[in-house]
Amino acid sequence: MVTLFGIPAQALFGQLLLGLINGSFYALLSLGLAVIFGMLNVINFAHGAFYMVGAFTAWLMLQHLGIGYWPALLLAPLVVGLLGIVLEKTMLSRLYKLDHLYGLLLTFGVALMLEGGFRHWFGVSGMPYPIPAELRGGQNLGFMFLPNYRGWVVIASLVVCLGTWYAIERTRLGAYLRAATENPVLVQAFGINVPVMVTATYGFGVALAGLAGVLAAPIYQVNPLMGSNLIVIVFAVVVIGGMGSILGAIVTGLGLGLLEGLTKVVYPEASSIVVFVIMAIVLLIKPAGLFGRER
Amino acid sequence: MPDAAMLEIVDLHAFYGESHVLHGIGLEVRQGEVVTLLGRNGAGKTTTLRAVMGIVGKRTGSIRLRGTELIGMAQHRVARLGIGYVPEERGIFSSLSVDENLTLPPVVKPGGMTLAQIHELFPNLAGRGSTQGTRLSGGEQQMLAVARILRTGADLILLDEPTEGLAPVIIEQIGRAVRALKRRGFTILMVEQNFRFAATIADRHYVMEEGHVVDMIPNDRLAENTGKLHAYLGV
Amino acid sequence: MPDTTTTSAVSSAATAVLPGRAAAPGTDRDRTVRIALIVLGLSAAAAAPFVLYPVFVMKVLCFALFACAFNLLIGYAGLLSFGHAAFFGGAAYVTAHAAKVWGLDPALSILLGTGFAGLLGLVFGALAIRRQGIYFAMITLALSQMIFFLALQMPFTGGEDGIQGVPRGMLFGVIDLNRPLAMYYFVLAVFLAGFVLIWRTVHSPFGQVLKAIRENEARAVSLGYRTERYKLLAFVLSAALAGMAGGTKALVFQLASLTDVTWQMSGEVVLMTLLGGMGTLLGPVVGAAFVVMLGNYLAATSLPVPVVIGAIFVVCVLVFRRGIVGELAHRLRSRPSRDR
Repeated sequence: MVTLFGIPAQALFGQLLLGLINGSFYALLSLGLAVIFGMLNVINFAHGAFYMVGAFTAWLMLQHLGIGYWPALLLAPLVVGLLGIVLEKTMLSRLYKLDHLYGLLLTFGVALMLEGGFRHWFGVSGMPYPIPAELRGGQNLGFMFLPNYRGWVVIASLVVCLGTWYAIERTRLGAYLRAATENPVLVQAFGINVPVMVTATYGFGVALAGLAGVLAAPIYQVNPLMGSNLIVIVFAVVVIGGMGSILGAIVTGLGLGLLEGLTKVVYPEASSIVVFVIMAIVLLIKPAGLFGRER
Repeated sequence: MPDAAMLEIVDLHAFYGESHVLHGIGLEVRQGEVVTLLGRNGAGKTTTLRAVMGIVGKRTGSIRLRGTELIGMAQHRVARLGIGYVPEERGIFSSLSVDENLTLPPVVKPGGMTLAQIHELFPNLAGRGSTQGTRLSGGEQQMLAVARILRTGADLILLDEPTEGLAPVIIEQIGRAVRALKRRGFTILMVEQNFRFAATIADRHYVMEEGHVVDMIPNDRLAENTGKLHAYLGV
Repeated sequence: MPDTTTTSAVSSAATAVLPGRAAAPGTDRDRTVRIALIVLGLSAAAAAPFVLYPVFVMKVLCFALFACAFNLLIGYAGLLSFGHAAFFGGAAYVTAHAAKVWGLDPALSILLGTGFAGLLGLVFGALAIRRQGIYFAMITLALSQMIFFLALQMPFTGGEDGIQGVPRGMLFGVIDLNRPLAMYYFVLAVFLAGFVLIWRTVHSPFGQVLKAIRENEARAVSLGYRTERYKLLAFVLSAALAGMAGGTKALVFQLASLTDVTWQMSGEVVLMTLLGGMGTLLGPVVGAAFVVMLGNYLAATSLPVPVVIGAIFVVCVLVFRRGIVGELAHRLRSRPSRDR
């Protein structure tokens, strides 16, 4: 058996791949959090719940409407985005003039309601979601076996993350977004409807979470609590990376996922807390986060 | 019609939260005119411009642009009527390049200046497109702040202290640009502390004190009113 | 209806201490009324176990102390900790272990739990105060999640089962805490000790500096205060008192479990404080009583508890930010001011 540093290569790469997949979800979720925070100054505690709702929407569509994976990949984020838009319009928008902490508390309440509601209706046992036929099987890469679906998740997440980065940093719409993040009053005075942009940003941010949920459904089981522990890790990712940079959020998410995977091989007991330990270290060395600027 | 009032403000009160800043001011700006608001710090000049744009807490009274009432209108629609706003401190976005800053305000009317015309008016901005907006010098940032609204087709420009903190050479350049804009038919309402600069450009001056408009002096009667003006401005 | 009695007992205590919050010097009549109300509140608390289930009242008292400790941070220093379950639940484990495995005196066990929570608070606080506002909340949440995972994995915590069958023991070797009334008065004494400490802290010069930091940290810095130290000290004090509440709860229920270290528990204490009134002395007590009662009531119905709790959160944030006691105080205060 081939070994690297005394660890079977197969196990090492398997865990690293799993770490990369987790990292893709961290990246997608922390990216959405960062975009929302930039525009709304709200830390969206409901982000994990929206991720779960995305997975459930795909599952429900398959169960009850016979809508498969590929349409769900588009429809579920749309549903989640619309849900977010309603939430922003009816509730969040009333809080912008108050302390930012109220946004956190409100979305915390919403997260409890969503997770509690789904748990009430569907119980806590996970529901399997089949891998789409096109992506079954896998590739033998020689040093490891790569299931096609897992490869797809990593690539799809990367494409969406980089696409979002491009849209924000390189397009005209992105320029509006950056400008409104900096000085919404002036952008409004130039004739741009900033409240609509704020609503759309929130919808887009949570739609990313919904998309991550659909991507995750065939890997992890669909479960009402699938987002609740994830969101806390994503918060730590955001503290580590800092929320000033889009690219920073992506890199930090992927990096921490990999590190977590590596820990699982080297010292499995610490794998669930390694991200938090890194957060503590980063806070000691560079409090603003690796890519952050204090705001 | 050079005599038609383009912007007409009647009995305008404005508030920031609890504090009452404008106390029933009235003024008008006619088509093609350059009008300045003079007064000491805190007299309410900037607030007057902000009230026109709808970015104060609360307003009562009337602000009309070519007969259209602006009070009660959604903030983002004001600019769409053809008003371009150059805020104090310029408001250049640091996360945007010079070109992105320049093209940020949407075109609201046909007849705006082309980028080539803008670069001709402000040669300093040409060839700096990819520079980060806030890396420009203060004077260049001021030019950029003016330039970006010339593209939009707005024909009424609200200029808040365009010369603040700038060197005399740059002030000279800004002055030339503002005169060029006047020749092109732009209507300009300008807040200015620099009274000598204002005198070289404006047709009329409104003097503000503690939230009131206390006087109006046509530029051609400036000489005979110098003493009075010095008293107002405390120079 | 036993529940109503508790509320009135608690709220009478609320009115008793409320006037004390107003900085304005009270008249002699105010003073007499205040003392009368405090006496009334104390007698109601003393009489409560004869009217209500002692375990229920003890649960309220434990959570009330927990919420008061949390409120010291959010209400007086403006710091939102989203990780207070780590102190509450962490101390519960330490107290339970000390009482069960080491067979220590109950008071000493609680003291150990309190000390552990204080130390943990020192570590968490030192890290979290490096960032402000919303980041502070996220950091405390993440750190407490680490404690959750540790509690799940470490051998001495008993994993999913927790530490069960914790003996209540003999207080100072003489008082048998297995007698419900003895346990009740012990818990009441612990609560009052914690409450009085918080009350004294808030009204001390230290408390004034905290409030100044909450209003405007930059100004407090420019006045020469080392605000970091004040915030850290407040954090440690709050964590230790939360631990005292958690340790006491472990003895009351004879159990330390994972539930007490989850982030949902951190959220629950936020809700108690928000609902009762942030920055009011008695708000957290009222809020805790309300949430505990609600939990008991919902347990008997088929309504999903998290949904109801979440909905109350949303309603509080949107339309009821002053909380119950804050709203009462606001109404009492705004009435005379209208005459001026």
